[in-house]
Amino acid sequence: MKPFTYERATTPAQAAAAVVRQPGARFIAGGTNLLDLMKLQIETPPHLVDVNALGFDTIATTPDGGLRIGALVRNTDLAADARVRRDYAVLSRALLAGASGQLRNKATTAGNLLQRTRCPYFYDTHQPCNKRQPGTGCSAVGGFSRQLAVIGASPACIATHPSDMAVAMRVLDASVETVDADGRARTIPIADFHKLPGGTPQVETALAPGELITAVTLPAPVGGTHVYRKVRDRASYAFALVSVAAIVQKDGSGRVALGGVAARPWRDERAEAHLPQGAKAVTDRLLAGAEPTPGNAFKLPLAERTLAAAIAQATSQASARP
Amino acid sequence: MLGQDNGCHLPIRRRELLLAGASSAVAAGTGVPASADAASAPAPRTGVPTASVTLAVNGQPHTLTLDTRTTLLDALREHLQLTGTKKGCDHGQCGACTVIVDGRRINACLTLAVMHPGAHVTTIEGLGTPGKLHPLQAAFIEHDGYQCGYCTPGQICSAVAMLDEVRQGIPSHVTADLNVQPLLSVDELRERMSGNICRCGAYSNIVEAITEVGGGAA
Repeated sequence: MKPFTYERATTPAQAAAAVVRQPGARFIAGGTNLLDLMKLQIETPPHLVDVNALGFDTIATTPDGGLRIGALVRNTDLAADARVRRDYAVLSRALLAGASGQLRNKATTAGNLLQRTRCPYFYDTHQPCNKRQPGTGCSAVGGFSRQLAVIGASPACIATHPSDMAVAMRVLDASVETVDADGRARTIPIADFHKLPGGTPQVETALAPGELITAVTLPAPVGGTHVYRKVRDRASYAFALVSVAAIVQKDGSGRVALGGVAARPWRDERAEAHLPQGAKAVTDRLLAGAEPTPGNAFKLPLAERTLAAAIAQATSQASARP
Repeated sequence: MLGQDNGCHLPIRRRELLLAGASSAVAAGTGVPASADAASAPAPRTGVPTASVTLAVNGQPHTLTLDTRTTLLDALREHLQLTGTKKGCDHGQCGACTVIVDGRRINACLTLAVMHPGAHVTTIEGLGTPGKLHPLQAAFIEHDGYQCGYCTPGQICSAVAMLDEVRQGIPSHVTADLNVQPLLSVDELRERMSGNICRCGAYSNIVEAITEVGGGAA
């Protein structure tokens, strides 16, 4: 790790101002991704602003019947919250499918959204990577791309976003609340939060420098049967090759988002309108325009089959319910 | 089991010998014995940012001035000489560094010591002693839940906190119904312990050891 100075912020505005003041400074909350990257010198912040004392660690019911999840709520606590388990089960399931018990105890809601790709070339500082060092090229194009994107990518970057939680947040139409150094708050729909790489893969989110996430809000529950189905190279503690977050209603309609296929959770409301016609009707549209590599073309049939399995699981769960 | 017994009964272990050498060198140089926390702790390089933190480790308060880069793992091992907690991958992938902080298991390698002011840290040294083993330590010996033993402190700290998570009703990836109290089946146990890797592959005996202690608790 490169040396860095450290401060513990006591107000959100102070935290945001501290990051704006010092170029390259970073917020730290759970730290499970950032410190890993700092050890590898992929991240080399000269200053860390610890936001753990800011108190964003509660889950509150909103006036419209939704939930406001503090940015610092740990993944374990969010997955175990009785309201989340009952009304937003796809979120509990997605969280529990990710990482390990130890990591979920530390990782936060905001940090989960902000985690960096696990592309092997992003992690290898001896290789060119446009995300890590803009302008150096992409080693993944033509390289080992089993884990990488099949859609929404660019010649500059084919990285995937690794989060399971974000896929559930997308299917639940979550919103990200932020505050900046001047105390101005804004709300970013989750659909606009993660950016596709284009020519600037180093720009991963809609956040401005120093903008701090304070909460993630969920609208009122939409009912239905919630399923999160994750396919990976081992049974536990691995990133998704493909994952499906689905909410299926009694009439067969519903919502679908895919993980493991793009730089952001992949959802298209026009495609999911075809859910009553089955998985293929959805994925043919949802993944239209996909440009897989020879190393990850398997993800296209895998996505269709995983969605088919998710629909079958939802149907079976719904019929088992008293 | 043989290794464990030998480790306990040897008059002095390699690490203690090395530390004793370092301490006596310091004492000879300054003429005063070093304080417990400072003994053989690596001094921060000059010009490197430092910060102070007070931690309660196994019930004992310690105030440390650390290079800000010091992980909780390195603070325990290099500054407090609590070398029971192991450094495996140092990237949160193996679980050998698992300790219990304020009642929760975490990877000590992926957190900075200075981020934990006032925290209560429990390491393998705080769970039991050779003369009074924690039930999980005894069960790991009884069921031969290790071969080389390197992952064992992390496995045991992880298992202690994991059983508590089950008691609290925290669900897992394999919990069939999110809205009922989870039971500690073998599938549950294996999923919940998946953050602790054993390169020797002693998993079946680890499962037996944890089941013996936790089977009735869930």
